[in-house]
This record gives sequence, structure tokens and C-alpha cells, in this order.
Amino acid sequence: MSDSESESGYQTREVAKRVFAEELSESTYTFKESDDERAPTYALLPTGEKTNRVFFVGTLTETDDVGKDSEYWQGRIVDPTGTFFVYAGQYQPEPAAKLRNLETPAYVAVVGKPRSYETDDGEIVISIRPESITVVDASTRDKWVSDTVERTVDRMETFGESSDGYNQMATEQYGDDLSDVKEWVVTALESLDDDVATTEADTDVDSDSAETAS
Amino acid sequence: MPDNDIEEHAEEVVELLSDHADIDKDDVISRMRPLVEEYEVPISEARRSTLNSFMDDAGVESEDLMGGQGDPVLVNTIDEDEQWVNVVVKVVDLWEPRSDSISQVGLVGDESGRVKFVAFETSDLEKIEEGKSYELENVVTDEYQGDYSIKLNRTTTITEVEDDIEVGDSDVTVEGALVDLQAGSGLIKRCPEDGCTRVLNSSRCSEHGEVEGEFDLRLKAVLDNGTDVQDVIFNREATEEVTGIGMEEAKEMARDALKREVVAEQMKDIVVGRYYTITGPELGRYVLANEFEPAEVTVDAEATIVKVRSM
Repeated sequence: MSDSESESGYQTREVAKRVFAEELSESTYTFKESDDERAPTYALLPTGEKTNRVFFVGTLTETDDVGKDSEYWQGRIVDPTGTFFVYAGQYQPEPAAKLRNLETPAYVAVVGKPRSYETDDGEIVISIRPESITVVDASTRDKWVSDTVERTVDRMETFGESSDGYNQMATEQYGDDLSDVKEWVVTALESLDDDVATTEADTDVDSDSAETAS
Repeated sequence: MPDNDIEEHAEEVVELLSDHADIDKDDVISRMRPLVEEYEVPISEARRSTLNSFMDDAGVESEDLMGGQGDPVLVNTIDEDEQWVNVVVKVVDLWEPRSDSISQVGLVGDESGRVKFVAFETSDLEKIEEGKSYELENVVTDEYQGDYSIKLNRTTTITEVEDDIEVGDSDVTVEGALVDLQAGSGLIKRCPEDGCTRVLNSSRCSEHGEVEGEFDLRLKAVLDNGTDVQDVIFNREATEEVTGIGMEEAKEMARDALKREVVAEQMKDIVVGRYYTITGPELGRYVLANEFEPAEVTVDAEATIVKVRSM
């Protein structure tokens, strides 16, 4: 299903992968599968899948206009493992307007495309170009954590068994030690457990604990 | 058994074979009549055996005929336009025909699922009744936007069957995050022509040209579970329920903003990024959201921690 062309030949939509912030920030190897200029750029996950669309839910903790000539908004969105960086400018008017207008902290859901760039000191950083940013509630955040745990565990379980080549590519690029990924999953599960223990999660307390987790 | 029934079936047999053999209607009648009158064979069976014997004589194979000869098919196996088939179905639902040319319209089903059927006034068929089961021979499949239905026609034979057919549930349940709304969502206008309902582009219907459209609400949503994507349609009722925006409010929003798109933008803010469990029938590549609710957390945190630590 992750191929952009289905067997019947018509264009199918790229699935939005569920990835924790830390795994995405490690997904620094990017590639294209065709020479076509408009071919999608994929980021390779350490758990052995490619992605050119992600869906995540977290706490928007800060927004800044980092543009020089025109508005270019940065948002920091925190999950139990780390921070997603989203950037929206004039070509993403709706998400940019959201980052301009939203009060922080707030739970937000983001659909977007991973982008990589190199910093001045040569570090590769993965950020997100959002397609949509919407305000959601605490239960949606919990559902996303649960969902992302399940998808990540699925990827770990099939790691080394899948024959589509991305497992091997990931092993070559990042090695085959997934102990970091395990820790992120456990951290995420523990955050979920806390929520369950404190039941009807109070929004402020929650976003605080999410922030300290970053 | 009235003579003109036999005569009508005989005419149809002649017509079915007309491309392959020149057969005299009287010959067909003289073969059918004793079966019906002396041997008290049901007329549909008499017709079938008569047709078969004339086919044998003429060296015609059943595939050569346009008619739906042979065994009944299950309704969920219908996946091709303009096929002649037989079905054995129960009448699940009869709807109010929206046009004078339609005598009956509704849903029929068998163990595999349900399918829409239409019968036309000109075919002059006996009416079928809700809750009763029938063998429908010689119906034609029809496709519209990936959605299949069957059309009864002049050559269709309707035979009530004694068995009470258990109608299968063709509903599916899908779960995922609603990640996008497609074009054609929100406040839309449809063609008001009888039986058309096409969505207008500006104020034009692709079939009927410039028309005064009728407002409707709809969401064409993309549900994504991280592994697969599924297109889902919310009709007006479901759209109002999931967004909390009713028709009057939507029209007012569009009037104030001087554009209809504002409704879809507003609805996007309300539904995109949320998880839903959606149940309804499959219509081509869409699932119709008859029932929906927020999806619940499914992971067992403690058990999963143990599992992950042992990996």
C-alpha cells in the first residue's frame, strides 16, 4: 500500500505514517525512487520503512515567525519522546495562519511531509511541512500515542523479515540496533499509563508533563 | 395458466434466440403448453427447458445469449456493467420512486449482501413485495461511479420462492485518523432533474447543463490508519451530526463569506486530525458513514511494556 501506484493503476494517496518525534528526528536519510523532478522524497525510518507523509498529535508549545522578508512560521510540537518542528510559509497559508493565531499550549494534530535540511555545522535535521494543523483534545492525543505505539511495535516486529528492501536500507544507514526505539515506545506507554491513572486528564497538567518530557 | 402468459414467454424465447436462429413462436408455444398445462411445470421452468431444447437444436451455447442463463449469482459478486444475470434475493427495502418512469426501486439482498434494484413502468412487471423472496431471472447489471445495481426489464421473470433468504450484512467497519477532506465536501449543489442528483460544477450539471441547483451537505473524507487509506462519504445527516453544522447554518456561513468553500474550511477544522470508527456499506471505493464514533485507545499499556522489553 505504500507504493504511490496501486495494482489497478490509478494514483493512490500516500499513507500517513505514525512515528514518534525521536524516531523521525533520526530518520535523516532521504531518497527518491525515480529521476522525475516531481517524484516524492522519502525519509527512511530506522525501523525500516519509507515515509513521505506523517500524522502526529502533540502539544504545540511555541510558535515563532522566523521569516526574514515574509512570514515563515515555526511551531514546536511535543510528544512523549521529543519535539517535532513544523514550518509553514506563504505556500502553506492555512497552516501558517494557524501557527500565527493559536495560543500555546494547545493539543494539535498535524498531517504533513517530512523535509530534511543541513544546518551550518553539518547536522541533518528533519522538519515537517504541514498540510493541515487542527486543534484537538486530550483524548485524541492519547489515541495517537496508542496508535503510534502499535504501528511502531509492528515495524519492530517485522524488522529484518520484510523483503521490500527498506529494512536492509535502514540497517545499512542506521544499523540494526532498535534499543532506542524500544525506549521511546516504553516512555510513550508510561505517559499513557499516567494519563489513565489520573483519569480525566487536566489539559494544563498534561501539557506541562509533555514539555518536561522533551 | 392463461394462454397469453405462455405466449409472452414464447415471444421472449424467440427474441433471446433471434440473433442465432430463426424460430417460429408457435413451435415454442406448442412445446411449452403441454409442460405447463399437462405436466403442471411452473412456467419459469417450462420456459427454461424449452429455451434449452431450442438452443440445443440451434447449436447455441448459453454464453452466446444475452440472457442471464445458468445459476443465480451472489449480489456481491456483481462487478461488471451490463451483465445479464439471475439472482435469488429477498426484498429488503422499497423506496418511493422519484420518477414516473420507475415502477419500483429499492434494495434486494442475499447471503452475500445487498444491491439496489430498479424496475421500469414500460417493462410492465408484477410488483415485488417487501420481505418476500424471489428468483429474478434475466436482470441487467448497471454501474454508476463504482456503485452497482440491477435493472429489471421486459424479459425478466419474477418467481416467488418459499425459502426465507437470510440477507447478509455487507457493512464494513473501518478505523483511523481523518487526515483530509477532498474537493466536493461541505456545502454543495446538486442537479434537481428527476433521478439525476449529480453534483454541480458552478451551476452546471454535466448532463443537464445550466440548472437551479439544490443545496446538500456532504463530506468526502480520507481515513488513514497508518497502513492503508480509505475514502469515506458522510451524507447530509452524518455531516450535520459529525460537524455540528446544520444546513441553515451552512447556508448562512456561505452567504456571509460570499463563497461556499468557507463551509468546507470550517468543517475541516472540526473533523481533520480526529480518530473515528466508521461503519457502513461499501460503495465502490467509498465506505458510506452510516454510523460513526470517536475511536478509543486500544493499546494495553502495561502488557505492551512487558512485550517491548522482551523483544
